[in-house]
Amino acid sequence: MRVVTAPGAGAAIAVSRELDRVMRADRGRLVAVLAAGLRDLALAEEVLQEAAVSALSHWGRSGLPSSPTGWLLQVARRKAIDRLRGQTRDARKAQALAHLAGEEAAPDPQDIPDDRLRLIFACCHPALEPKSRVALTLRTVCGLTTVDIARAFLDAEPTMAQRISRAKAKIAAAGIPFAVPGPELWPERLDGVLTAVYLIFTTGYVAGPDEPRDLCREAEFLMRLIDGLRPEEAEIEGALAMMLLTAARRAARIGPDGASLPPADQDRSLWDAARLEEGRAILARAVARRAPGPFQIKAAIADCQMADSGPDWPQIAALYGALWRFEPTPVVHLNGAVAVAHAGDPARGLAMVEGLAGALADYQPWHAAQAALLAMTGDRTGAASAYATAIALAPTPAEALFLKRRLAALALV
Amino acid sequence: MQYMLLIYNDPALEPAYGTPEFNAMMGGFFAANERMKADGVLRGGEGLQGVETATSLRIRGGKAETMDGPFAETRETLGGYYVIDVPDLDAALTYAALIPSATFGTVEVRPLMDYNPAG
Repeated sequence: MRVVTAPGAGAAIAVSRELDRVMRADRGRLVAVLAAGLRDLALAEEVLQEAAVSALSHWGRSGLPSSPTGWLLQVARRKAIDRLRGQTRDARKAQALAHLAGEEAAPDPQDIPDDRLRLIFACCHPALEPKSRVALTLRTVCGLTTVDIARAFLDAEPTMAQRISRAKAKIAAAGIPFAVPGPELWPERLDGVLTAVYLIFTTGYVAGPDEPRDLCREAEFLMRLIDGLRPEEAEIEGALAMMLLTAARRAARIGPDGASLPPADQDRSLWDAARLEEGRAILARAVARRAPGPFQIKAAIADCQMADSGPDWPQIAALYGALWRFEPTPVVHLNGAVAVAHAGDPARGLAMVEGLAGALADYQPWHAAQAALLAMTGDRTGAASAYATAIALAPTPAEALFLKRRLAALALV
Repeated sequence: MQYMLLIYNDPALEPAYGTPEFNAMMGGFFAANERMKADGVLRGGEGLQGVETATSLRIRGGKAETMDGPFAETRETLGGYYVIDVPDLDAALTYAALIPSATFGTVEVRPLMDYNPAG
């Protein structure tokens, strides 16, 4: 018996493919423009979802509209108006309604403003918990599912779903603006945004590229987006450069035996030459703007670690000194101490490390640094004991294996 | 949107009356008041007398219980408030930062419930 295909099944598949494509490409932009008008992220996402459901049946019947993105925006706005009409007791909703009614004409895709920077600043607002900022940005701007986000941050899915919905509710209730901050708030808020995106990057970097959604790629997408929407901003370029330089080493960070490797010991042929070159070019552009900041300094440190003739330790030590002025934290001091030791003064580096014993006693990299510097100054017994502590606290098996190799090497000296 | 700026601080950390620091703080409050008035955002605000003057009441089983002292014994206590009407949280935070107590205490920014009586 022949299977008879229902008429229009092919068209239905084409419609659903087109809808998937538009939602994948433009979801962030559509949510951004709707949220900025409604001042309510949860509502924006709900009406966009409803519009997508309508699109399936409507486009199947009447064919694809000339601008699918514009169609979705217009229908989502109408759905928002319908919803808000029922709730005009709320003064702010009445205001959103008036705003929407004025925007009801079907927009040309070119006329839809790119409000994603406003959306990113709302998602990364300091009135939200740092972890919620990251989760919300991944959900709304990158379109990751709650399941993917929960998995990346090793949370249960209901916990992550609750975190995201609480954050959206706070944006609406507390009046967090969908706005790019003005000059007074700009440096602090930008730093918050860049830190959130960088946290996404490092989470992906530690997890490795095998997750269903590679967070390093998402972070790179976000940073390029922010750089595109706000060009010629030195710190954004610095953050993008740092990300590209670090990402360039990704394939080389674990050796063939599964042990993690510092840049100096990595197989350079595995470095991503295109990212390395692009990162260096962007960093040079940022530095030329003569508006130094912590992300540019961190990018310069990453660059010096990948210098052609091996890490440029004196320069790295000087850069940590410069970073200290922006971020006077024990961790920056620790990294500076290691650079001082490698630059030719292990005794001074060790003294600096030991001065941080109180502040960083629970911090695994402190024990690893102390071990390495004790070994450099010839104290093998002390080094062996510090390595044992660092191995016990190691966050990943790759890091533990690297430290075990170093511990074993002590006996051979 | 209307926000209440709740001013919490430890009275022990507040500059003592008559010192130059006290005068600077009062000058700061005066400047904040003037700025909020000039910008047309100020809806109200008061300073409270110390927690040693507080009396708390609750009704349990239909019976009023009256107690000496504040709702909770904490080091930082509610010392006063402003109510302002501004477009969003960022604007509210900008005014909160003008309050001198923010330098030694904490200003909590809370949106008021938003009802439209005409709706």
